Amino acid sequence: MRKVALSTRDLRVRIGAREILRGISLEVEHGQTLGIVGESGSGKSMTVLAATGLLDAPGAEVTGSSALMGEAASAPVQLVGASGRVLRTVHGGRIGFVFQDPGTSLNPLLTLERQISESLDAHRGLTRRSARARALELLDAVGLPDPAERLNNYPHQLSGGQRQRVMIAIALACDPELLIADEPTTALDVTTQAQIIELVRQLQRDFGAAVVWVSHDLGVIGQVADSVTVLHNGEAVEQAPVLDVFDRPQHPYTRELLEASPRIDGDVAPPHEDAPGLLKVSGLDVRYSVTGPVGSTVVHAVRDLSFEIRRATTLGLVGESGSGKSTVAAALTGLVKPHAGTASLAGTDVFTVRRADERALRRRISLVMQDPFASLDPRARVGAAVAEPLYVHQLAKRKRQRRERVAELLELVGLPADFASRYPHELSGGQRQRVSIARALAVQPELLILDESTASLDVSAQANILDLLSQLQLDHNLTYLFITHNLAVVHRMSHDVMVMRAGAVVEYRPAAELFAAPEQDYTRALLAAVPPARPRASADPR
Amino acid sequence: MRVFRFLARRLLYSLVVLLGVLVVVFALVHLVPGDPVRIALGTRYSPEAYQALRSASGLDRPIVEQFVGYVGSALSGNLGVSFRNGEPVTVTLLDRLPATLSLAAAAIVIGLLISVPAGTWAALHQGRASDAIVRVATQFGVSIPDFWMGILLIELFATTLRWLPTSGYAPLISDPTGWLRHVILPGSTVGLVAAAIMTRYIRSAVLDVASMGYVRTARSKGLPPRVVTIRHILRNALIPVLTITGIQLATILGGVIVVEVVFAWPGLGRLVYTAVAARDYSLIQGAVLLIAALFLLINLIVDVLYSVADPRIRLS
Amino acid sequence: MTVDTYDRRASWRLALRNPLTLISAVILAVIVLAALTADRIAPYGVNKIDVPNALQPPSGAHLFGTDELGRDIFSRVLVGAHASLEVAAASVTFAFFVGVTLGVVAGYRGGWLDMVLMRVIDVMFAFPVLLLALAIVAVLSPGSTTTILAIGIVYTPIFARVARASTLSVRIEPFVAVSRTLGTGNVLILRRHILPNIASPVIVQTSLSLAFAILSEAALSFLGLGLQPPEPSWGRMLFDAQGFVHLAWWMSVFPGLAIFVTALAFNLLGDGVRDVLDPKQRTLLDARRKR
Repeated sequence: MRKVALSTRDLRVRIGAREILRGISLEVEHGQTLGIVGESGSGKSMTVLAATGLLDAPGAEVTGSSALMGEAASAPVQLVGASGRVLRTVHGGRIGFVFQDPGTSLNPLLTLERQISESLDAHRGLTRRSARARALELLDAVGLPDPAERLNNYPHQLSGGQRQRVMIAIALACDPELLIADEPTTALDVTTQAQIIELVRQLQRDFGAAVVWVSHDLGVIGQVADSVTVLHNGEAVEQAPVLDVFDRPQHPYTRELLEASPRIDGDVAPPHEDAPGLLKVSGLDVRYSVTGPVGSTVVHAVRDLSFEIRRATTLGLVGESGSGKSTVAAALTGLVKPHAGTASLAGTDVFTVRRADERALRRRISLVMQDPFASLDPRARVGAAVAEPLYVHQLAKRKRQRRERVAELLELVGLPADFASRYPHELSGGQRQRVSIARALAVQPELLILDESTASLDVSAQANILDLLSQLQLDHNLTYLFITHNLAVVHRMSHDVMVMRAGAVVEYRPAAELFAAPEQDYTRALLAAVPPARPRASADPR
Repeated sequence: MRVFRFLARRLLYSLVVLLGVLVVVFALVHLVPGDPVRIALGTRYSPEAYQALRSASGLDRPIVEQFVGYVGSALSGNLGVSFRNGEPVTVTLLDRLPATLSLAAAAIVIGLLISVPAGTWAALHQGRASDAIVRVATQFGVSIPDFWMGILLIELFATTLRWLPTSGYAPLISDPTGWLRHVILPGSTVGLVAAAIMTRYIRSAVLDVASMGYVRTARSKGLPPRVVTIRHILRNALIPVLTITGIQLATILGGVIVVEVVFAWPGLGRLVYTAVAARDYSLIQGAVLLIAALFLLINLIVDVLYSVADPRIRLS
Repeated sequence: MTVDTYDRRASWRLALRNPLTLISAVILAVIVLAALTADRIAPYGVNKIDVPNALQPPSGAHLFGTDELGRDIFSRVLVGAHASLEVAAASVTFAFFVGVTLGVVAGYRGGWLDMVLMRVIDVMFAFPVLLLALAIVAVLSPGSTTTILAIGIVYTPIFARVARASTLSVRIEPFVAVSRTLGTGNVLILRRHILPNIASPVIVQTSLSLAFAILSEAALSFLGLGLQPPEPSWGRMLFDAQGFVHLAWWMSVFPGLAIFVTALAFNLLGDGVRDVLDPKQRTLLDARRKR
């Protein structure tokens, strides 16, 4: 039975003089999933919000048509320009929503039961008792353990993944015909992401709803979608069934996206068997205390960690959030004092350095952090940011020398020299990360630590930065400690891999071996959770 | 259990601050350039009076001993005697306290009645004309000198229209209607300024809450706007509103000085004014200590209410 | 991200596009000019007693009328502007330098220094502003220096708190951490990274504190515990006007208006600048601008 659930035609959104969405048309069928994929700024969230009448941006004008068609023979409901009353019947009653951030999407002051029964109350008028029973049913259906107890819990008592399950329960409470999922797994760990994807697929099979899944991650889209719409700059550049998009992409942008997405197939960087060791860490232990309103607790961030990085190679340090990987970087760069352990950089002790020698040590280990926006002082020009380490370490004493060196460094990372007079807010995310890399290289470090340096970038920008880093490593024999949660990126960049979990090592081996034959269950789970390069539809025809 | 620990920490913190307050208050007398006793006596100076007052206030003993003695007697309710008329300070303060408390209460009620609706309204209509009007109005309210407003209000409502008395006081308990008639003008004077300050905070707090993800979730459930506003926005904005109310109440306690003078309201504020004018140091100390202690008490009560209102503090 | 990412110069231009901000800037300029030239442009002496001309309503000869001793109110308001602005500027300057220094040091260093400072600030906040000022006046005896000192001391904590809070939020920004990992010393970090980035909230606070300083000085003078006669002050003029409100409305309206307008102008200016510098408000302004 093929019936269209949502039909959107020529949807346009204008704010002031700018047209943000330019004539988007799409269709979702009952029981099918439409995947909307695009990078940041492509308008994907705005598309689903405008198409369902939920857009609330000040000064936004929405034109076009977006009609919700029921499964029964009821009249289609026009959502663009609909009255508040019509929209309120549809929202929650016939369309369910799951949003990205589980941290703030639930009201912290209401119990879970209340938050679920709210829609039941508004749309079904159920009694307290039957609403509670239905809420219990829903929490069970989304796989929340101990649902009866959970009903009286508050959101802060649940983990991120559990909160997302609750969001799904809320969205499905009134048995909607359409489920809108806007980046529902982006803020979750890879393993949790895989679970949520499975959950939604299963619920779709059981309830028969149409699903629109928005994501920036092609791999995720490949797992969930039957048909795909690719968005770029507010336009739908390609719309086709999922297999066609992956195997026979028509639009150049789609091809770019596919190529830029890192995968876990293909060749790993060749191992360097005989490279001498550069950094040797032994027994690293880091603890710090966290103070809340009620008191302070001690977090054991890193436990007894030992590893070695060989010259001119990349060690990929992988872990989910809370694994302690960023703490390792903080310890090596002197931001955090370790509780115990030693580290030696080509013979020099890193943790017990004297005040007088500290500055010289800082030259030898450099750091590039995750957030391209926050890594550069917004008040300082690009040139000043890159020149700072030159000034601090007296690497170029005169202003003119510094200027020349800055121009050299900018060129090295693929930026024009006149960017030196610009301010960070004038640059894109990818360009800012390049500046951060230039700054890190200004001291000619022996070890460069990249802490989730591409995690906040769009897929294409990420691919470019990874290319740059690989090239620099080859040209200048650089040594990298590459910290990330993204296994596909590790696959591309690393010679050796160390997997961390809850502060301890899980597995530590050359990359080729680890990816080919992982030894630990956790590693296997991580690998299995990574969305494969090929869409699911290619493996199981329906 | 968590609540207990939270409150215990807050109580401890308040006691530390109270100690600091005691030090400051105690130091006031000793920072006076010159001899405080002599200054206080002024024209009534005589060697005997000087000695008597000096030993009565304990100023002839070493400083640390004085401080300990001061803290000890303060905690047991003895705040010394007035330099001016020799009456026990504690008695005088307690005599005037009810008047100030009732004025503060009236002011905060007026303030809340105006600021909660106005602040919420402005926040929910952000960027539109009604928001601009509220914002400009609060600017006016915050910039106006309260004593000037008091004088003008008296002129308009009391002298010209004769609807209300120009000044004076009637105790709430014994004469409620009289109290009401007398408290309207001074209460409004303080209350309107307080309302202006609180409206701005509440507007800001509601704006912050309204931009939170859970408000969007609530709308996506198709809930009626009233439910979204009350159950999701206001309920969460309640906590910052609680904070500002506590702070304002405490500020009012100290800020009524000028208004009490304008309206001849026999409260603590007016007492402080006369005490300062007369350099009655022990009375000044007592009044300052009492008001600061009340401030800390109010904040502690706000903390208790927090722990009741916010499940993130109540439960782990 | 808590630090603002907008181009400073463009910010000022945008701020002045808001009509309220522009008007308040102009009004302040006029008031400051009047205050600076008060002695020269005042038509009469401030203490020129002229009893036969007492209680005259506003007229060509006396723009704001005369008071109960025949003194020209306009001249007194002008010279009073000088006195009030001087007190406000001096006290806020004091509070600014002491408060920001303490706040930045505490926020950056952290540790026990920060804890001690926080407690001290909390203790000072436990006293309502006017009460503490009065206590200081009681200790030091009234006069213009005492007034400046009292208001300055009482406003120091708010500057310390604002400076400390912004320093804390800038200190944890990644770009500061990266500078440290590159070996940049504390002094350089403070000078180059911290101070420029805390400028915005501190500037806003300065404008707001100026408004409150005007009001506080007026209140103290009203009570006779601020600026002392024969120095004219708006607050004292209002006190003297109390007995004559019905007979001579001009005696209470003009000085009061002077206080009100000056405080309002500072408040509006501070608000206008804050709107432009606060990233959240800014996006709203930018969106509306594009129409």
